[in-house]
Amino acid sequence: MEFETVIGLEVHLQLNTETKIFCGCRNHQFGSEPNTHVCPVCLGLPGSLPVLNRKVLLSGIKVGLALGCEINTFVKFDRKNYYYPDLPKGYQISQFDFPIAKKGFLNIKVDDGEKRIGITRAHLEEDAGKLIHDDELNASLVDYNRTGTPLVEIVSEPDMRSAQEAYDYLTALKLTLTYLGVSDCDMEKGSLRCDANVSIRPAGQAALGTKTELKNMNSFSAVKRAIEYEVDRQTRIVISGGKVVQETLLWDEAKGTTHTMRSKEEAHDYRYFPEPDLVPFTLTDSDINAVFKELPELPYVKLFRFKKQYGLNDYDAFILISDRSIADFFEKCAVLYSDAKKIANWLNGPLMKELNGRKKSFSQLSLSSEEMTGLIRKVEEGVVSNLVGKDILTTLLDTAKSVNAIIEEQGLAQVSDDAALIRVVDEVMAANPKAIAEIKSGKTSAMGFLVGQAMKKMNGKANPKKLGEILKGRFENV
Amino acid sequence: MINKETVNYVGALARLHIDPQNADRFAKNLEDILHYVEKLNTLDVSSVKPTSHVLDVENVFREDTVIPSLSQDKAMGFAVEHHKGFYKVAKVIE
Ligand SMILES: [Zn+2]
Repeated sequence: MEFETVIGLEVHLQLNTETKIFCGCRNHQFGSEPNTHVCPVCLGLPGSLPVLNRKVLLSGIKVGLALGCEINTFVKFDRKNYYYPDLPKGYQISQFDFPIAKKGFLNIKVDDGEKRIGITRAHLEEDAGKLIHDDELNASLVDYNRTGTPLVEIVSEPDMRSAQEAYDYLTALKLTLTYLGVSDCDMEKGSLRCDANVSIRPAGQAALGTKTELKNMNSFSAVKRAIEYEVDRQTRIVISGGKVVQETLLWDEAKGTTHTMRSKEEAHDYRYFPEPDLVPFTLTDSDINAVFKELPELPYVKLFRFKKQYGLNDYDAFILISDRSIADFFEKCAVLYSDAKKIANWLNGPLMKELNGRKKSFSQLSLSSEEMTGLIRKVEEGVVSNLVGKDILTTLLDTAKSVNAIIEEQGLAQVSDDAALIRVVDEVMAANPKAIAEIKSGKTSAMGFLVGQAMKKMNGKANPKKLGEILKGRFENV
Repeated sequence: MINKETVNYVGALARLHIDPQNADRFAKNLEDILHYVEKLNTLDVSSVKPTSHVLDVENVFREDTVIPSLSQDKAMGFAVEHHKGFYKVAKVIE
């Protein structure tokens, strides 16, 4: 029997506001001492009252708009009730029936073009604290620093049909979210978290199968692996005549398996009701328009424009737009140098290699568009070879020196002087009679060997084009 | 219909101990309350705006400005048990 996989994803995004969602405690205090960013509000002490951080609401609208959602003009908060020690109030302030945003979408790339993944809703809520289970003390230890961190939960429609599509959705979502600058979207740090709802059904069947919820994946590739594992597990159960049980499963990265979550948390009956401690919020069209105007050009719009405006292919344009700061840098360079394809090659090739080698993002480096295009120009004019150009880029990033200064100080300018090149060619030919015999017998590949030898003798500084010409001339004249 | 099972279930969710002797009485009380509230459904409220909050106030915000938090000592002062700056609670297994 053929099965179809059905996947929906829930993404929790921590917003990078200065303060928490309902109190003035500092947000994003990763690595702080436990319980040092807490107050009566986020500890849920009696008599304290939450007040909404305006920036959180604006960020929520931003996320909603970027995902093509409708923004609700009437927004309210609700209590989601459950007992767990990471939740000091015994309820989480969330949104139930009037989320900030609903009915959006995100496009992902598939073999035959694009596929639209529906976004059911995006709502605002507060994060819970952190629990450490201590065997020695036979107790759980609670840190409430994270309590009250603003979250946007983004719920997709069950529109994905493979683990790869889920991976692509997450990649596209993260790209859009990083453009907005509302979160650092770092899954390892927990600022972006993803739960997956997975089910299978016989191909062609409309009704959904029983789903399981996968948790505890800490990278996009872990999400992909966990889904693949789960689809496999469900398929084996169904084929052997069993039934999939609806449950929450925890992914074990080390073992590459899932296991049932055992917890003292009560069955999911959250008894939502309107949060009486927060008054409702109404948004006017002009409020929403003001946020809309502040939205940056979104990645897929930029992709389309880069291809059209600069004549780039899909591959080059996509790498460039994958980091907003690199995309901006590319455009600055394109003002100074007309060959956009050459710039793209330099940014996506040597520059990307430098970034990976340094484990740094572009925004952590200081590289000016003047120096970058200056370097490209030197290479194109034949002042330095492509190879030396790459070394100059390394030096450029290591030091604050200019391209001109580097070339001058290190004597990197390429030798295009005929006399010098002829001298080297003659030396190399004299030293390699075997190669010469080969070329004469028609094995022209030895020509490359001779160019290489000559280049080596000149410490890579010979103009390769001229070198080749001179060498070729030698054989034509024989 | 509110029965004893419903009372016990709701009680368990709210971490309330329900004395078995009282369960039937609570069921009847709750049932009466629901009947009373149901009377509202007989009214024509088509022209009434839904109430989402008893206060006629909207859009109360704070700006995104940090104010000092409690010290760890002070935060621990509320705790029955604590350990190295953490609140210590009965073990929950995940
Ligand atoms: Zn606080």
